[in-house]
Amino acid sequence: MAQAGNNNIVIIGNGIAGITTARHVRQQSETVRITVISAESEHFYSRTALMYIYMGHMKYEHTKPYEDWFWKKNRIDLIRATVERVNTDVKRLWLTDGTMLAYDVLVIATGSKSALFGWPGQELTGVQGLYGLPDLAMMEEQTKGIDRAVVVGGGLIGVELAEMLHSRHIDVTMLVRDTHYWRSTLPVAEGDLIGRHIRRHGVDLRLETELKEILADDTGRVRAVVTTAGEEIACQFVGLGVGVTPNVEFLKTSEIALGKGVSVNEYFETNVPDVYAIGDCNEFSQPLFGTDGAPRKAIEQIWYTGRMHGETLAQTLCGNRTAYQPGVFFNSAKFFDIEYQTYGTVNAQLADDEQTFYWEHPNGEQCLRINYKADGESVAGIHAFGLRLRHAVCERWIRERRPLNYVLSQLGQADFNPEFSERYAGVVSDQVKSQKSWLQRLFS
Amino acid sequence: MSTLIQRIGLAVFLAGFALFVGTLTLSQYRLTDSILTQNVKKEHVVAIRSATASMQGKLYPASFGFVRDFRAAVNGLNDGYKQRKEWDKVIYDNYAFSVTKAASTGFFPANSQLFFWLSLLLCMGGLLLYMLPNRRQFPGASTVLTDQPQIQNNGIFRNPATNGGWIGILVGSFLIGFYIILYFYPEYLTNWVLLFDPLSRALNGGPASQWFVYGSLYTLVILVMGVRMLIKYRHNRYQQLRTVSVMFFQTAFAFLLPELMSLFNQPAQDLKNIWPLDYSFYFDYRIDQKIQAGTFGVFLLVWGTALWLIGVPVLTYFFGKRWYCSWVCGCGGLAETLGDPYRQLSDKRLGAWKIERVLVHSVLVFAVVMTALVLYTYGTGQSTVLGFLDSYSVRSTYGFAIGSVFAGVVGTGFYPLMGNRVWCRFGCPLAAYLGLVQRFKSRFRITTNGGQCISCGNCSTYCEMGIDVRWYAQRGQDIVRSSCVGCGICSAVCPRGVLNLENTSEPSRVTSPNPILLGNDGIRLRGL
Repeated sequence: MAQAGNNNIVIIGNGIAGITTARHVRQQSETVRITVISAESEHFYSRTALMYIYMGHMKYEHTKPYEDWFWKKNRIDLIRATVERVNTDVKRLWLTDGTMLAYDVLVIATGSKSALFGWPGQELTGVQGLYGLPDLAMMEEQTKGIDRAVVVGGGLIGVELAEMLHSRHIDVTMLVRDTHYWRSTLPVAEGDLIGRHIRRHGVDLRLETELKEILADDTGRVRAVVTTAGEEIACQFVGLGVGVTPNVEFLKTSEIALGKGVSVNEYFETNVPDVYAIGDCNEFSQPLFGTDGAPRKAIEQIWYTGRMHGETLAQTLCGNRTAYQPGVFFNSAKFFDIEYQTYGTVNAQLADDEQTFYWEHPNGEQCLRINYKADGESVAGIHAFGLRLRHAVCERWIRERRPLNYVLSQLGQADFNPEFSERYAGVVSDQVKSQKSWLQRLFS
Repeated sequence: MSTLIQRIGLAVFLAGFALFVGTLTLSQYRLTDSILTQNVKKEHVVAIRSATASMQGKLYPASFGFVRDFRAAVNGLNDGYKQRKEWDKVIYDNYAFSVTKAASTGFFPANSQLFFWLSLLLCMGGLLLYMLPNRRQFPGASTVLTDQPQIQNNGIFRNPATNGGWIGILVGSFLIGFYIILYFYPEYLTNWVLLFDPLSRALNGGPASQWFVYGSLYTLVILVMGVRMLIKYRHNRYQQLRTVSVMFFQTAFAFLLPELMSLFNQPAQDLKNIWPLDYSFYFDYRIDQKIQAGTFGVFLLVWGTALWLIGVPVLTYFFGKRWYCSWVCGCGGLAETLGDPYRQLSDKRLGAWKIERVLVHSVLVFAVVMTALVLYTYGTGQSTVLGFLDSYSVRSTYGFAIGSVFAGVVGTGFYPLMGNRVWCRFGCPLAAYLGLVQRFKSRFRITTNGGQCISCGNCSTYCEMGIDVRWYAQRGQDIVRSSCVGCGICSAVCPRGVLNLENTSEPSRVTSPNPILLGNDGIRLRGL
């Protein structure tokens, strides 16, 4: 049952956060009216799969998690339009085509847009970020027939852009500001491991190199970039992967309080009653902690976070006011061929009260790190590269504050690698003394 | 973008393939009296000799004219018998194939082994060259393997050979045409049969039939395309082992052993082919043949029965239907090797699943009923059951509609258009049976890893059985589906390590969705 007065829910944004809200509200309430507005696409698609469309692994329709009839069947009204402004006093919003929509409850789930740092030349043809379908279409167009590209940024989007271009046999130079790849998140060993892997694919990875400006040819198209060291690198395309920022520009004329994103409390409530914000576009005004006590970011631009926001908000909208309480943090990514999974807290820099266990395969492409409290040895975070770990098991160990030696002795439980995967006998066991290798235990 | 070596490989393969197909046109045909006496039953020789008098000694430049005239002669003969109501004289034997084969003459039959080896080596060598991993020079780096030992799906939906485009349509048309000719007009394939005659004599002591040609080609294709799988998935031991397994079972069990059995005058049987996929297992002539063969024949009868009665439920309980479908089966072997480039073309829509369930279970019922009727006739001698069902016509209907058209023409011919498991998914009665066990009584499942799914869709896209794997994964639910053949590709293509094929305790299968996925601790749903 929906709460009285919540009979008309309008959700701006059809990404994972907005759509999860819509689905979960519908599961609990047959009667409430649900409208989802999106400027980007007719239907919900998985943003994380954009790169696979470009690489030819999938077509756009494969990235849609639900068939097109799903929305009508579940009476979720879809509107393809851009919201121009919102007037919360009269509970109405206007689309760019002049249409007015009234709402009882407004959910803002507008996601992010690519960040730009005001580089000279960032507006040139052939220079772009990668966030949504329009970016993908533009990239398809701008990379036709080219053979040199530069990617700026040492994070997740940067490496995606590099892999995409590389799949089309376009030579890529990657400019990364820091001393190792994804320094904000990864310890040195892992950053180096990924750096080696990127180079092994033939990508020209330039660490400690920043973009100074982008140069144009006569037609206004990029012809080269200049680094802060003064080097000029010729290219026909520049991919900017330096992060994303909340997409909340259109709310500036409204009464809704904004920081970097839409300011919310732990119930996703904004300063205006009946207006909520979830997913990439919100910003928690008070510090937020996971169940394991680990601090969470005020703006957490992660697929899983968007989904959890949606699940939680749907409870509130259906009369069960529920605070957002994230559990043990988890995330995943893939860097070219190397999968990455992380559970709990593994910071780039070890905290003062933490110690670390690190194992790396001699092939230099697989590793496992376990961070634990020096006092009592309870495990705070686990991450793995090139190995698959079982989410439920890692989550339980961290939540139950299991000590390192317990986790090491039980590692087999967390093994999620495919059957018959290589066993690394002796390699882990050298470090884990008397313990059998967890991969060795696979068939024991 | 292909490399020079790949282009050379492709050119060599196409040359070999053109040569192989071209051999079908290379013979001339001349009917002689000795051909008739050797290939036609004694009681028909005189009549056919006089009916084909105008053909005798005439040199036909192509099989079309020869087959047309020969058929016309026999048909004319039969029409006459029918007009005169001489029913006992009507010729039902099809002599077109054996007579055409024997009438082949000229340069080609005399030099068929040259063509055999040349086309074989060009085709296989070209394909192997084409499959070798690429290297490429990048600026600022040494030569780099562009096909790293990892998932290599780049460009699949941009390539007209693999996205259902014009090359796929061309290949599909060729395959469909091939199956139609093979099943219904084998007399046009006699030159291929001549190519394989020496191999057949070496293996079983007798000349080749069109089925020997088909079996040989089938095995060769599984071996060569199996090598392609081994290269493509050289980073994945599960894929490697099951590929080696289907290559082995095809070569040893489906191809060599039956030939050896007939060499030793025993009933030939593919020991891994299981009723009801092997739908003629309980046909009268096969049972009689086994009983006449004594101990070994009886062993074959018991073995074949134990396979479906005991082997299927027990092994499927422990390992899921994959133990058969993607490790042992010949149809599965072809699908997983020749068909691998087409797996992404299977239809994932809910509507397709509904059609699949109706069709595949209907075929199972059809196969069981047909077999029951055949056994009833075998036991009682009565061919009519319930007053209207004729067991002979039921079984010939099954053989034509399911055995030939569905399994062959549609099942394989449509690989490049509807994905590589058309038969296994929509038509195979054994798959339906295995699936029932897998769905309701098995330790097998594809485990979903907590909340890690990002709904990207790689798993669903590359599922050859058209299972919408993502639908389950994004709900935190294990995949327990009767159709899953356990190929393991969903797990291989998953970029986030979400899927894993497992056989552990049966009750641990998560068969209902997790309303709130792992990692969200704020919500305690009632009743959970």
